[in-house]
Amino acid sequence: MAMLEVNDIHTYYGNIHALKGISLEVNEGEVVTLIGANGAGKTTTLRTISGLLAPRTGTITLNGEDISGKSAHELVYMGVAMVPEGRGVFSKLTVLENLEMGAYSREDDGIRDDIDYAYELFPRLKERRKQVAGTLSGGEQQMLATARALMARPKLLLMDEPSMGLAPILVEGIFETITNINKEGTTILLVEQNALMALSVASRGYVLQTGEIVLSDTAKNLEKNPTVQKAYLGID
Amino acid sequence: MGNINWRTILRLGLLGSVVALYFSMIGMVEDFSNRNLIGDLLNLGHVLLYAGIAGGALFAAREHSESNTVGRGLIGLATGALGALLPSGLVLLSSAINMRTVFVNVNPALSNIITFGRGVPTGLLLFVLASAVVGLITALFTVLPETWRGPVGKSFGIVIISAVFSDLVRQVLTNIIGSGMVRSLYVGDAYRPLVAAVLFVGLIALFFWLDRRAKQSNETTAIPQTDAKARQAKNRRNIALFLGWGVFLLIAPWILGSFLSQVLFEIGRFVLLGLGLNIVVGYAGLLDLGYVAFFAFGAYTMGILTTTTAINPAPGVFTFWTALPIVVLVGVVFGLLLGFPVLRMRGDYLAIVTLGFGEIIRILALSDWLAPIMGGAQGILKIPNPVFFGLELNSPELMYYLVLAGSLLAAFISIRLRDSRLGRQWMAMREDEDVAEAMGINLVQTKLLAFAIGAGFSALGGAIFAARLSTIFPHSFNLLISINALSLIIVGGLGSIPGVIVGAIALVGLPELLREFQEYRLLMYGILLIVMMLLRPEGFIPAEVFKRELHSDEDTGGPPAVEAQV
Ligand SMILES: Nc1ncnc2c1ncn2[C@@H]1O[C@H](COP(=O)(O)OP(=O)(O)OP(=O)(O)O)[C@@H](O)[C@H]1O
Ligand SMILES: [Mg+2]
Repeated sequence: MAMLEVNDIHTYYGNIHALKGISLEVNEGEVVTLIGANGAGKTTTLRTISGLLAPRTGTITLNGEDISGKSAHELVYMGVAMVPEGRGVFSKLTVLENLEMGAYSREDDGIRDDIDYAYELFPRLKERRKQVAGTLSGGEQQMLATARALMARPKLLLMDEPSMGLAPILVEGIFETITNINKEGTTILLVEQNALMALSVASRGYVLQTGEIVLSDTAKNLEKNPTVQKAYLGID
Repeated sequence: MGNINWRTILRLGLLGSVVALYFSMIGMVEDFSNRNLIGDLLNLGHVLLYAGIAGGALFAAREHSESNTVGRGLIGLATGALGALLPSGLVLLSSAINMRTVFVNVNPALSNIITFGRGVPTGLLLFVLASAVVGLITALFTVLPETWRGPVGKSFGIVIISAVFSDLVRQVLTNIIGSGMVRSLYVGDAYRPLVAAVLFVGLIALFFWLDRRAKQSNETTAIPQTDAKARQAKNRRNIALFLGWGVFLLIAPWILGSFLSQVLFEIGRFVLLGLGLNIVVGYAGLLDLGYVAFFAFGAYTMGILTTTTAINPAPGVFTFWTALPIVVLVGVVFGLLLGFPVLRMRGDYLAIVTLGFGEIIRILALSDWLAPIMGGAQGILKIPNPVFFGLELNSPELMYYLVLAGSLLAAFISIRLRDSRLGRQWMAMREDEDVAEAMGINLVQTKLLAFAIGAGFSALGGAIFAARLSTIFPHSFNLLISINALSLIIVGGLGSIPGVIVGAIALVGLPELLREFQEYRLLMYGILLIVMMLLRPEGFIPAEVFKRELHSDEDTGGPPAVEAQV
């Protein structure tokens, strides 16, 4: 049984049929990526899994438990955390306060250690721990959003385009961090535009097109797949 | 002499003139001229008339910071004289044609005030001269050395403000030095000119001395104190301050007398309302314009349960104290009831819906349909005063203590909530609902609690209000109360508890004290709100988080950017 099983979900925005029967699986310990063009429905898929949107039909299970009716805040307690698209940091709070807010769902006393771990992962954040998050650079905000999601000690981390708007050198850094986080035992479902990078860190991938999964394979095979090469990797 | 920029002088002079014309034409100058400040030399009407003119001269002189004394004096003279232009024109025009049919306030009385009662040619010349002199003095003020400017400015401000609030000042003085002495200081409501002059000079000397002393002690303590010592000193100062305020709050009604106790009561009532609304708007970020509804629920529940008229379903069962828990409960329940339908709404939509809710409640209270329960347009009469261990709280002085106790309780609860887990939930929700939810925060619960707790405070305020007035009418619960409460927390500083208190004093207390202002209360509100939003949008005493938002470009903190590294 896979850790996360998404089974034929249909999600609507009013009358707009955004997800037309998505099914996917993420096994424990994996990095799985979801790639697709703008407007394909990647964010919608993540938001549906994380409980911010409710699917009209279809089921989502986490370790065998049906979570399709659960709201986002309940899922946090079940070990699902999300790094939202466009960073979504608390812009008026400081870096440190953002991290503390990330640990909102926890009551143990390992929070201090985890903050230190976050600083270790992103030394930039340590330098700027007292700075108001809204004044961080785009890349720093992305680091903060990732670090904050980790503060919940998630078993499954949903990441929505962590490389968006970052300079190439920072993109490499972010993907390195993703690999590191995964090695520490966090399962990751990664949504990306940067298909090349995403496929290089993932073990498997799905290709989404206008609300439907059109391809699913191991990352290696997808990289070689002519359709993917043409549409997402820019190789003719 | 530096360059004189005539365009600046023209612009600022005319701007001051427009302000003077405006206050004249809306009738404020005339209305306020009955209020003498210093003998019959200076009245409040003069202050309004010349305030704009002086302001123009002040800014004109500031813009010419490189000019010398003579230069700036000339600039002041010119700007001031220019400021007289529009009011003079008004006087001339109104002496030629009758303008009263359109502008009711442009009448001979106004002309008299402007021309010192001397009529058109002489009086007008005097007015232009006076404006020029006012401009000159203001401009020369900017030439004063730094060490003098502070004391002179503050002293002038205190003399004028204490004259404006002479009711309050005389009341306090009478209780301290006796009415005989006070009478010798005042003529009517105004300072005797000599008294004002002595006070002015004395205050300058005092401030001068205080500044000197502060500077000296700064120099002697230039050696950094140890942290612990500094903290100890600060603690001691805080405790002293705290005790001082405590004692003042306890004895206030007895030094201030009955009228001012009533004013304090009003302030306290709005502090209570403001603290509740502060939770909803300031902490949770939910813009609620129907807040008066909960105040009405509180007042009506208290009224219905304790009145001695036939409306009471259980006559004689409830006293103020036994009804109070029920009142708060009713407030909380209705807070939840309003909360449910608006759970999915944000910002503007929420404001509109709550606005409608507030009006619906008032109209229901007014309706014949509910008249058997709520008294309809007649309201509810004969609500008894609370009795506290045999002491009937039937005077403003005694009721003040009740509202003080309520406010202190509300402030205490507010502080505890702010620092609690719930406080952090509110803060996160205010910042970003989706992200807050993704952090594991239950938005439904968080929102409903904000509405419910805010409503509980408001209902408590309503109950005290009903017991104080003994009679309540539907029209006591109009939109203006919601607007007042909202304005005062914005002026004070969203999310800040001291801010609520300062806001209530500024927006509720001061207008009560200035009888003449009553008619122009909303105008004053408008001016104050605009000025605040321009100069200090975060409020008088802002909460830390809001200050950050508005000044995040200034205090970014942290070291300068270093090499990119992840
Ligand atoms: N709140 C909304 N209301 C209506 N339509 C929406 C809403 N959010 C998304 N959509 C639509 O749903 C479709 C999928 O959007 P989604 O945000 O999931 O795309 P995406 O794959 O994340 O794209 P991108 O790579 O640009 O972020 C799009 O056609 C979009 O216009
Ligand atoms: Mg997207």
